[in-house]
Amino acid sequence: MAARTATAPGAPTTKIGKAAYEFDERMLLTPWLRRTLNKVYPDHWSFLLGEIALYSFLILLLSGTYLTFFFDASMREVVYDGSYAPLRGVEMSAAYDSALSLSFDVRGGLFMRQLHHWAALLFVAAIVVHLLRIFFTGAFRRPRDTNWLIGVVMLVLALLMGVTGYSLPDDLLSGTGLRIISAILLSVPVIGTWAHFAVFNGDFVGEQIIGRFYIVHVLLIPAILLALIGLHLLILVKQKHTQFPGAGRTEHNVVGNRLFPTFAAKATGLIFVVFGVCAALGGLVQINPIWLWGPYNPAQVSAASQPDWYIGFLDGSTRIFPPWDINLPGDYTVPALFWPTVVIAGAMFTLLALYPIIERKLTGDTASHHLLQRPRDVPVRTALGAMGLTFYLWLMVAGGNDVIADKFDISLNAMTWAGRIGVVILPPIAYVITYRICLGLQQHDREVLEHGIETGVIRRLPHGEFIEVHQPLGPVDEHGHGLLAYGGAPVPKRMNHIGGARRAIRGFFRPIEEPAQVELEQRAEGRGLAAAEDRELTTSGRPSEGGRPSEGGRPQEPRD
Amino acid sequence: MTTRDTRPGSTGGADVPGELYGGPDDDYTPEQLAAMSREDLDRLGAHYDHVEILHVDAGPEPGSPMEKRAIRQVGMVFAAAGLFAFLFVVVYAGSGWFLPDWHWQVTEGGWSALFTPLLGLLMGLSLLCVGVGLVLFTKKLLPHETAVQDKHDGSHFDRVTTGATFVGAFHNSGLARRKLITRSLLLMGGGVGLMLIMPLGGLIKNPNKGNPLGTTNWAEGVRLVRNDGTPIRPGDQQPGSLETVFPAVPGGNRQADAATMLIRLRPEQVEQLQPRVGHGDFAYGEYVAYSKICTHAGCPVSLYEQETSRILCPCHQSQFDVTQGAKPVFGPATRPLPQLPLDVDDEGFFIARSDYIEAVGPTYWNRERI
Repeated sequence: MAARTATAPGAPTTKIGKAAYEFDERMLLTPWLRRTLNKVYPDHWSFLLGEIALYSFLILLLSGTYLTFFFDASMREVVYDGSYAPLRGVEMSAAYDSALSLSFDVRGGLFMRQLHHWAALLFVAAIVVHLLRIFFTGAFRRPRDTNWLIGVVMLVLALLMGVTGYSLPDDLLSGTGLRIISAILLSVPVIGTWAHFAVFNGDFVGEQIIGRFYIVHVLLIPAILLALIGLHLLILVKQKHTQFPGAGRTEHNVVGNRLFPTFAAKATGLIFVVFGVCAALGGLVQINPIWLWGPYNPAQVSAASQPDWYIGFLDGSTRIFPPWDINLPGDYTVPALFWPTVVIAGAMFTLLALYPIIERKLTGDTASHHLLQRPRDVPVRTALGAMGLTFYLWLMVAGGNDVIADKFDISLNAMTWAGRIGVVILPPIAYVITYRICLGLQQHDREVLEHGIETGVIRRLPHGEFIEVHQPLGPVDEHGHGLLAYGGAPVPKRMNHIGGARRAIRGFFRPIEEPAQVELEQRAEGRGLAAAEDRELTTSGRPSEGGRPSEGGRPQEPRD
Repeated sequence: MTTRDTRPGSTGGADVPGELYGGPDDDYTPEQLAAMSREDLDRLGAHYDHVEILHVDAGPEPGSPMEKRAIRQVGMVFAAAGLFAFLFVVVYAGSGWFLPDWHWQVTEGGWSALFTPLLGLLMGLSLLCVGVGLVLFTKKLLPHETAVQDKHDGSHFDRVTTGATFVGAFHNSGLARRKLITRSLLLMGGGVGLMLIMPLGGLIKNPNKGNPLGTTNWAEGVRLVRNDGTPIRPGDQQPGSLETVFPAVPGGNRQADAATMLIRLRPEQVEQLQPRVGHGDFAYGEYVAYSKICTHAGCPVSLYEQETSRILCPCHQSQFDVTQGAKPVFGPATRPLPQLPLDVDDEGFFIARSDYIEAVGPTYWNRERI
């Protein structure tokens, strides 16, 4: 073998080349490596949303690890003696003390803590937007239903990450959150008190909970998340990406860029952009100033105690749910708190997880799909999504009803009633409106395909009738109706979309290309004014022999 | 074939390399490959990965003004990234050395207040420049290539052959016939699984032992004290005011469920006072004491609007009327705030006559039974 390596024609001659060749003779990586570098990724911005979530998770791992060097997850009582003067001499837990000291007495610690918090908000936001993209384009359909399920599980884990994370500093805000978590656990019928005592190691608040949340936050859930992310990506690579319908795109191919170098460079660029945005937010925009809240005290609370945004919907549902305890025979009670927290959240995530199966049952469509759908082409799903989204967002608004009531000087009770009524009537309204919009958009696509694009050119016919000239998108039949069928891809709606205008000459202060050259090039591509004029003549609204001069300004037969 | 076969492997036992993947190395000799251009080799490899390069828009022409401009842009953005990164290092390491101290002072608006924002600004700008530079480089200087790759829904051949291997092994194990083994395996799996999760039992504690949820530190004769430990006499408070009080026991002011609101009602409120059934004598004159822990989700109810006699919980906006035995009048709470029976001891300080007669705080499954 060695002899062959040395003499093989075409074997590398440079030092690095030789080293790489020898390395592969040991590791046998090139078949896998070449396949990976050659893998084709579709080029569409909405495919980057999941990547943003992935990169924020990376930031969370790095910044979180840094924070663990300083954080002490203990509820031992200490007296604060750090550099933040207003709290000196105050009794507090070691957790809060160390959170303060990592903010004030660690160089750049506050920056890292805020970076971590901002990245967490971005993480969940990116997951949610990614989920919406998958939902509204039908990317969850077979064979990707498994990956949808993994995604929903990861969303729930991300929320748990958030809750266990923001509970750690043990300030007044996070302690209030803990108290509500304790009440929610207690509200579970039959096993509630047992579950509470298992989690808190006794009655609220005990001495264990911060330490337990800490290990769940830094080890347990991140480990599960990492494993699931790996699985999610593995399945994605195996199944290959979906793509929007378009020229040359089929159920059996992927059109786009190869991983190396184009996609890899863009993705690496995105990593740095996400890192940069989080870093800028972490330094410039204050978040959760724990030193202003003070240490947790079960007898104190501040108004407008709101959780982070992604839990806001549960806060809202809890605020607007009516006081309905269910008293059962034998003096047992199902507390009202159980419904808007455990049941609502459970039902929402169960529905979300099962949606691919539900849709498969309702539509009977069990085939594999790799081409995406435009939301308008699946009005029922789009409308259902809008309905769910309205429900979620309205609960989120209700979660801030005290702030809205305060800022806009509205009665708090009126806000609560608005929340109660809105959550029942707004989702169906959203359904109907979305459904109609989808149908309208569909019809407009069909209309343009049939009658052509409105050019804005009004023409007077010899006998005096005025018509608007329409530009057909393709061949037309004897009545001037377009023959192109709708293919699930965007239909051009303006002349510019089909080359009615020339592209601008490049250059900011002065042109950096030769205008005449561009004009020629554009003409060759059939763009630009002159080219458009040539074409327009063929598609004016002139009546053809025997045909009606105009039926609502429809395009007629081409002249040549 | 068994291991004692005299002709193992595809080479029939000869000690020479066998066929590789049955593929490319047989199709192309090193000489053929050496004769191909780099671009052809790239496309050939892509072809073997089911990738076809449809067309390539070459990047800007070398030496053209467009290329020069793009190079200048990308170079400047990368240089800016490095510059901002160095500035970050200067601010981070230089503060407290040749720059002012970074320790934040509440009263100060100078360098220490700028330290964290500057770190964020510089690191953010630096990383953003790296990202933007990479994207600019890709968009303006690299050739734009459109490729298409075949997609397969897997191979029937693979499934059938893999299935045969699995089913064959299962068949040879005889588990379908050897019922005793199957059953003992079930018992073993169940037992071992159960055994492994058993240690979680250490988490379980009995919530009904000693009624921890239904009792607080209040008891007969325990004084009502303020957060600082001072006791309270009738007359210390203005009519219409509210004070948070705690049981006079060690750590009473840190107890999660002992916090109590002592309210001195105004005369007109006293006239309207409608205590709950069985709570008729819990008040002491115009003084009433209710638990501060919300019966909904356990937040401290803190906002007292004395004109309407309402107490508001800031967490979920439950409202309680202090003249009606702290009955919930709006919002998600279902039960009144428990009332503490009041009395005055020999020295004239407020004391509790007993603990709360019902469980304080959020409702739970068997609350009524204890």
